[in-house]
Amino acid sequence: MTTTPRWRALTQHHLFWPVAVLVLLLLINVPFTPDFFAIKMTDGHLYGSLVSIVLFGSPLILVAVGMTLVIATGGIDLSVGAVVAITGALTCSYISDQSDQGALAGVFLAMGIGLVAAVVCGLWNGFLVARMGIQPIIATLIIMVAGRGVAQLITDGQIITINSEPYKLIGGGYWLTLPFSIFVVAAVVAVTVALTRRTALGLLVEAVGGNAEASRLVGIRSRRIKIMVYVFCALCAGIAGLMISSNTSAADGNNAGLWIELDAILAVVIGGTSLLGGRFSIGGTVVGALVIQTLTTTIYTIGVPTQTNLVFKAAVVIVVCLLQSPKFRAKVFGARFGAKGGGKPSATPTDTTPSTATAPKMEVS
Amino acid sequence: MLSRRNFLTAAVGVAAATGLAACAKEDDGSSGSGSGGSKALVLGFSQVGSESGWRSANTDSVKAAAKEAGYTLKFSDAQQKQENQISAIRSYITQGVDVIAFSPVVVTGWDAVLKEAKAKKIPVVLTDRSVETSDESLYVTLVGSDFTEEGRRAGKILEKVIAKAGLKGQVKIAQLEGTTGAAPAIERAKGFKEVMDADHADDWKIVVSQTGDFTRAGGKQVMAAFLQSNPDVNVLFAHNDDMAIGAIQSIEAAGKKPGKDILIVSIDGVKDGFVAMSEGKINAIVECNPLLGPQLMEVVQKVKDGKPVERWIKTKEGDFMQDQAAAALPTRKY
Repeated sequence: MTTTPRWRALTQHHLFWPVAVLVLLLLINVPFTPDFFAIKMTDGHLYGSLVSIVLFGSPLILVAVGMTLVIATGGIDLSVGAVVAITGALTCSYISDQSDQGALAGVFLAMGIGLVAAVVCGLWNGFLVARMGIQPIIATLIIMVAGRGVAQLITDGQIITINSEPYKLIGGGYWLTLPFSIFVVAAVVAVTVALTRRTALGLLVEAVGGNAEASRLVGIRSRRIKIMVYVFCALCAGIAGLMISSNTSAADGNNAGLWIELDAILAVVIGGTSLLGGRFSIGGTVVGALVIQTLTTTIYTIGVPTQTNLVFKAAVVIVVCLLQSPKFRAKVFGARFGAKGGGKPSATPTDTTPSTATAPKMEVS
Repeated sequence: MLSRRNFLTAAVGVAAATGLAACAKEDDGSSGSGSGGSKALVLGFSQVGSESGWRSANTDSVKAAAKEAGYTLKFSDAQQKQENQISAIRSYITQGVDVIAFSPVVVTGWDAVLKEAKAKKIPVVLTDRSVETSDESLYVTLVGSDFTEEGRRAGKILEKVIAKAGLKGQVKIAQLEGTTGAAPAIERAKGFKEVMDADHADDWKIVVSQTGDFTRAGGKQVMAAFLQSNPDVNVLFAHNDDMAIGAIQSIEAAGKKPGKDILIVSIDGVKDGFVAMSEGKINAIVECNPLLGPQLMEVVQKVKDGKPVERWIKTKEGDFMQDQAAAALPTRKY
């Protein structure tokens, strides 16, 4: 079989494999649900499987985008699930205390309180990692464990149900026939991409992740960058927390955002960002998060028996990770799908920004 | 360097002293009470954790009932960990409490600690959940719900719901299961299936079944997918109210009417479930009562007095149809 250069360029693109898996997963649904791709209007909004996937996947996308930047600095943030729970708990308990739960001012204030709490968590993580030099996995473990307890304390161990139309919009409502959460996600992703790719910020993050000490010596304030990414990650988790609690109009301190940190890390990895830090791909992360959500939806629609859910999930994740590995591809498919330049396995396809990662580093120094 | 070391030593010293003080305090509480009959009965209770509203209601009920009965309650929260629970039970044994009660986190692994209790002649009462042991004499009785029976009751009440709604033809059931492997999930599904296989082998069918992890978010997401893959589902059986509440939101988003287009039966009877039922969105609720404190105290007194008790004391529970919802709502404590 001949390979045209264009095909080759396509398979070498860092988003090719994640997108291929996403498309494949979506197609698997068709034999089980013939109108899987059908989208129809119901009660003045669009309704269909694809809409559900984006709607239910929105919180994960947000958390994963924040996680991407943390991982790009060589760190990790395990506390996002707890931050999700705290934000939701604070916001919902404030709204439930209002006499008029539908009042806009009260809802905005409640969301503000929740997000401030998220930022405080982020500052604490950043402080421990950047100032105290504690390893990220340990530093963020503190809030991961303690934070859920704080959330339970706020909700008193109960599920707080609220009845607030404006608050319902952010995670469960519709705007211009689309789920409102899609717009929130689009805005956060757009701002993140603009800040990291249109300014030097992304480069600085990658420099800190590549070698924190070297970047400090060339004049980058690596500590400040690190604190910033942890705060950003916590803020993303906070917005996700608002969405999750708004989606069900309830704050569940025990279960909201449970294990979302692991799904987020998985999404980042599927998206092609190296856990070693130094480079990242926001686009890849978004695709990775969609892969995970599609996988979850697929399990429900094709009727995988409950007991085999996790095995099915594990099998798909293993396949995705193997497909991501250039060495594996070179061995199985031959050099065609393998490493770049016809069989140099040293170059990784997770190389998201090869040109910017090397060239403009000069400018910074 | 020296100052830091001093600081550490001081910190460790303070921590140790506080720990000792705490132990001493606990000892004080129990030393006198085990001896005489005139003193208040001492009950050591180890709770699973505080994972749900149901559980907090259960805890509150036990605490309130102990106070009411005038017993000294030693309460500990195991935070979902068996080792915490075992060490709590051991400390009750060393303290020499009159009766030990606990809701086991898991089913197995209790023989050793229960034998220690038996050697000290301290009777053990299980609440809410059961254990598997090699020696049946290791515990006196279980005060708790019969999950299989709850499943059967859900099946029976669904008959009434279908008759009332006038649903004709094939009944296509979507089932939202609890956490995979949890006793309530397994047994509720089993009880429901028993009724279905015995009386409705032809006209009822579970077309989809999936775990929603007992959570609202889980119920909502799974139901959204069900409605895509099986749009003709006309009955939902949820293993708890929270999943039903989540599912209701998905049913509404799909443009259908919960309680009318899709009949809903769920188990538990939490307050929010009753609110949904009074709004006509849930058709029937099978109660799983967490307020077993008063029954537990009765049993504890009998056990202490050496009177015989039944092996399994089932909690008092009711079934509720939609027309009873509004009346029952104010009585819901959890």
